Amino acid sequence: MQTQTYELNMGPQHPSTHGVLRIILELDGEVVVKATPVIGYLHRGIEKICEGKTYGQTIPFTDRMDYMHSMNNNLGLCQAVEKLMGLEVPERAEYIRVIMAELSRIASHMIYAGALVNDLGGVTGFVFLIRDRERILELFNKACGARMTFNYIRIGGVQQDVPEGWVEECRRFVDDFPEMMHTYNGLIMGNEIFQARMKDIAILPPDRAVAMAASGGVLRASGVNYDVRKDDPYGIYDRFDFDVPLGTKGDNWDRFIVRMQEMEQSIRIIDQALKQMPEGPVMAKVPKVIKPPVGEVYHHVENSKGDLGYYVVSDGGMKPYRWHARRPAMVNLQLLDELCRGYKIADVVAILGTLDPVLGEVDC
Amino acid sequence: MLKEYLAISMFFIVALLIPVAVIFISRLVAPKKTTPEKEEVYECGVDTVGDTWIRFKTSYFLYALVFVVFDVETVFLYPWAVQFQQLGTFAFVEMFIFIAILVVGFWYAWKEGALEWK
Amino acid sequence: MNSNPDLLTSLAGSIRSVLSPLIGNPDGVDMAMYGVGLLAVITLIFTNAVILVWGERKVAGFMQSRYGPNRLGPWGLFQSIADVLKLMSKEDYRPKLVDKWVWALAPIIMFAPAVAAYAVLPFGKDLVPVDLNIGIFYFIAVSSITTIPLLMAGWGSNNKYSLIGGMRAVAQMVSYEIPLVFSMLGAIMLVGSLKMSSIVEAQSHIWFVFLQPVAFLVYVIAATAETNRAPFDLVEGESEIVAGPLTEYSGMRWAMFFLGEYANLLAVSAIASAVFLGGWQPLPLPGALGDMMHAIPGWIWFALKTYIMIFVFMWFRWTFPRFRVDQLMGFGWKVLLPLSLANILVTGVGIFLYRVAIGG
Repeated sequence: MQTQTYELNMGPQHPSTHGVLRIILELDGEVVVKATPVIGYLHRGIEKICEGKTYGQTIPFTDRMDYMHSMNNNLGLCQAVEKLMGLEVPERAEYIRVIMAELSRIASHMIYAGALVNDLGGVTGFVFLIRDRERILELFNKACGARMTFNYIRIGGVQQDVPEGWVEECRRFVDDFPEMMHTYNGLIMGNEIFQARMKDIAILPPDRAVAMAASGGVLRASGVNYDVRKDDPYGIYDRFDFDVPLGTKGDNWDRFIVRMQEMEQSIRIIDQALKQMPEGPVMAKVPKVIKPPVGEVYHHVENSKGDLGYYVVSDGGMKPYRWHARRPAMVNLQLLDELCRGYKIADVVAILGTLDPVLGEVDC
Repeated sequence: MLKEYLAISMFFIVALLIPVAVIFISRLVAPKKTTPEKEEVYECGVDTVGDTWIRFKTSYFLYALVFVVFDVETVFLYPWAVQFQQLGTFAFVEMFIFIAILVVGFWYAWKEGALEWK
Repeated sequence: MNSNPDLLTSLAGSIRSVLSPLIGNPDGVDMAMYGVGLLAVITLIFTNAVILVWGERKVAGFMQSRYGPNRLGPWGLFQSIADVLKLMSKEDYRPKLVDKWVWALAPIIMFAPAVAAYAVLPFGKDLVPVDLNIGIFYFIAVSSITTIPLLMAGWGSNNKYSLIGGMRAVAQMVSYEIPLVFSMLGAIMLVGSLKMSSIVEAQSHIWFVFLQPVAFLVYVIAATAETNRAPFDLVEGESEIVAGPLTEYSGMRWAMFFLGEYANLLAVSAIASAVFLGGWQPLPLPGALGDMMHAIPGWIWFALKTYIMIFVFMWFRWTFPRFRVDQLMGFGWKVLLPLSLANILVTGVGIFLYRVAIGG
């Protein structure tokens, strides 16, 4: 029987589009014929704004890009500017930066997994993940007074040293983490319906992943071993011993499980960093007015979404001449149409969840 | 006997009246401020594109056919189940043949892929 | 059996004795008693919905290690009353493009079968509102009407999300009706009657859940699907199709769907407890303990079993993620249906062999 396809707007106001993404779905019954993401609902013109700000003033804008993994966004920009200035960062600051970035990665992955489970209808999994994420946010709150947009990592170090008792509390979180993981294993990963919903859906072959410039968990789930922390170490990441979890198939399940394993690896890094962390100052001698020499720099870090790059051009003045961010979530989002075709509406939310876009970063 | 069915129809009539009454009462209580935007179809905050009432591909046409077969079977099976203990060997064997024919049909539908949601 | 009537039975008796001299005609008294039953059922549906809305949120809170509603009244008990008031005072608007009559009738038709199905529920010994001789068959017939208003709402709303939801509703509820119906067949073969009171009476020695464990499992799963609750909540699948057929409804119209759903939940739980868990029969314990169990009125047993079943359904809802539509259909047709058919055959052979063995 001849049937008609129809167009359905999923988003911008939809329970599971992770913000204000709009997907125009062309559907034949329940099957997706074409999926077109429409972005820009959260566009603030951050790159242009930053050209009118001093270098220090641009850091808060990075908080508002990928607001799930803000610490790493701060880190990337600060390291880019430091590279331009040739600035040495004190040891203790480096360690605090790593701990913060990895804690932030765990928090981001928790939101990722929680939102994904929630999109598949398992609300309880979401609540448990959020509950544990709260402890990380509390750690951030104690260190810098903010739970979401931190502005904590500054050019030349970090804003202030962690308060007394913070290291012990962080240590307790690290010690409790295996137990949390056990809960998720039982409630989420061990659930047969969840597995059936995720396995063998939306397979992304490694060559396509590379061709579409995917990065982060999406790329590694396809089996491509690429992690900026390993392949182009920045900061002091070369001092830590950790693995890069890889998927085998590149389906939804791999994209999910790779991130869950990454959380465990992050805990390993934090564990080592807490042990090695020296005493000392947390801020280098930085001039009051930051005026990097004329030149340009590209610096990239491993964000929870993928390869986050900053390109900063200085004309010798107080403000950057050009300020650009390579946003991994936006690049990964390009895969949506390719992955969704032929699957059902219910899979669209799962695929979108595994691509893990944060609209603040996609729209920037 | 008839009395009981009269009671059942009473249940139905009252059951239909309650929601009508409740909706009516809420109309009296609730505010009435309609704006053109409020009356739009909800599609995530953007205008809907194209017609909704189309030839929708449902994929359950074959399921529906199999359903009808089994639903009719239910009508036969229930009286049989009630009388099962009184009917003796003949009805026992007879019904099993009946079910067996259905199972063969079911197996055929399965084999032909009628039970796959495409 | 306890000979002295319990609270509700004696209440019914006294109402009857008050009404008899007033009306005179015994048929008229019977009709009046059905009316009393109807009133009781409606009260039950409304109070039950209020309790379940609160209960569901409390259970969800318990499952998710949080409090749930705790602001209004003791343990947040008045929360659902506040909800009702809110729903009452919400604007009753009709979107411009809907199919007027289909759209407006759907919530009414959703509610009606839910009430009508209660007519045959055996709340206790002599406490069946209308003890039809085809009781369970009537229940199945009436409760399956629920498919139609969901399709009406889906099609009439002129909304694509609603349309998808309505189509899913038909596919899902039609598919899971077969295993639901077949799963109860085994119990009926054991009883030899469709009358609800006889089905419960037959379980005075052993509950059918012990004789029909597979059927019970199939029933619970199929009933979850019939009531559109997670993991089978594809019809409303919030994260996929917003609210399915209910997207364009608000205020009291929406509340009618909601009431109907909770009424259905109670109804399927009540049937589960009547057909498989012995209805008003107390726990079959030996000796003095058994006598103690018998001292508890039957309707309390029935309510207890029903609400335990409801808790189980809520437990499912707050534990499992949602199925996908093809998995749902596959599971219904390829797992549950063969299982329930096999159950009928095994039950038949079992009864046959048993009768041969005792020489009947």
